[in-house]
Amino acid sequence: MVQFTLPKNSTIRTGKTWPKPDGKNVRKFQIYRWNPDDGKNPQVDTYFIDMDKCGPMVLDALIKIKNEIDPTLTFRRSCREGICGSCAMNIDGINTLACIYGLDEVKGDVKIYPLPHMPVIKDLIPDLTHFYAQHASIMPWLETKTNRPAKEWRQSIEDREKLDGLYECVMCASCSTSCPSYWWNSDKYLGPAALLHAYRWIIDSRDEATGERLDDLEDPFKLYRCHTIMNCAKTCPKGLNPAKAIAEIKKMMVSRVV
Amino acid sequence: MRYLTDRKRAIGKGASGTGTEHHWAMQVSAVGLAFLLPAWLYVFGKALGQSREAVVATFGHPFPAILTGLLLVVGMRHFAKGATMMIEDYAHGSARKIAVMSVTSLSWVIAATGLYALARMAL
Repeated sequence: MVQFTLPKNSTIRTGKTWPKPDGKNVRKFQIYRWNPDDGKNPQVDTYFIDMDKCGPMVLDALIKIKNEIDPTLTFRRSCREGICGSCAMNIDGINTLACIYGLDEVKGDVKIYPLPHMPVIKDLIPDLTHFYAQHASIMPWLETKTNRPAKEWRQSIEDREKLDGLYECVMCASCSTSCPSYWWNSDKYLGPAALLHAYRWIIDSRDEATGERLDDLEDPFKLYRCHTIMNCAKTCPKGLNPAKAIAEIKKMMVSRVV
Repeated sequence: MRYLTDRKRAIGKGASGTGTEHHWAMQVSAVGLAFLLPAWLYVFGKALGQSREAVVATFGHPFPAILTGLLLVVGMRHFAKGATMMIEDYAHGSARKIAVMSVTSLSWVIAATGLYALARMAL
């Protein structure tokens, strides 16, 4: 059932305010904190950073806070260039990658929360177990029945171009966690990220399991819970359009019966 | 506590094998309503404010009567399917089933009532 209010133990409270450093270019950061071990409610801690001594991206600020102010602050990060998808979080109300989101893009205080409507493991780290399992369920690999060719599965330049705008997805979960349909029905609805990947394999000219892949999506919830809200396309930090991929799958579904 | 693997939770009971029919029916009825509704509003608007006899006479003509009948049937089927989708979004379990049954029944009752009234006027 859809929930319009947070349970009591999830209500966010005001947390600790850390000392303000000297400097002319000091900026305020409000960051969601939750520790599963202390039994307390989530809280929003306030930090101040001298921007003259900080890198330009949100991730730079988070790393600075962890290194110099509060080593208990917990978040995922790896590549720092928008390729690994680890540092996805909600920044200033937008799901995006902290490593490629500039601090100059945020007006006023910088508010940072974990990706919405996901179980939180700690602080800014959401539990993506179910999200990854859904991705695995769409069989994100080449399925073939023909005997393997001596050299390679060949693909024309035109067919390869059809994968542009799809293969670039880094599975950061920004899109799925921005989707209201995924919030309410993530137990059944695959969500924009998994469906974008599903379409990537459905239209791969080398794949021989197109029918089976479409059969697996023929469901009122797995696929058709997408109502073209477009939050996914708006928030995608890589500029992809999962809603279009889902619409293309729906068109293929209709073309099988009409 | 159930010891289910993450993959099993993600797959659930598998694909139901339905959904496209519902999706296509909504597309077709939406296109149909895009033509039916403005035409019916024109007819209804012309009859609005007239005497009872004039209104009955208007809907006694074949075109307004058939148009109204089509709008009732197509519109209520579109409403029932759309409302079902909305209910499925927000309600789960028994509440979902009861709400879907209620809204489907309501749509048929509205369509039947409208068709009865139309028949009284047109026949």
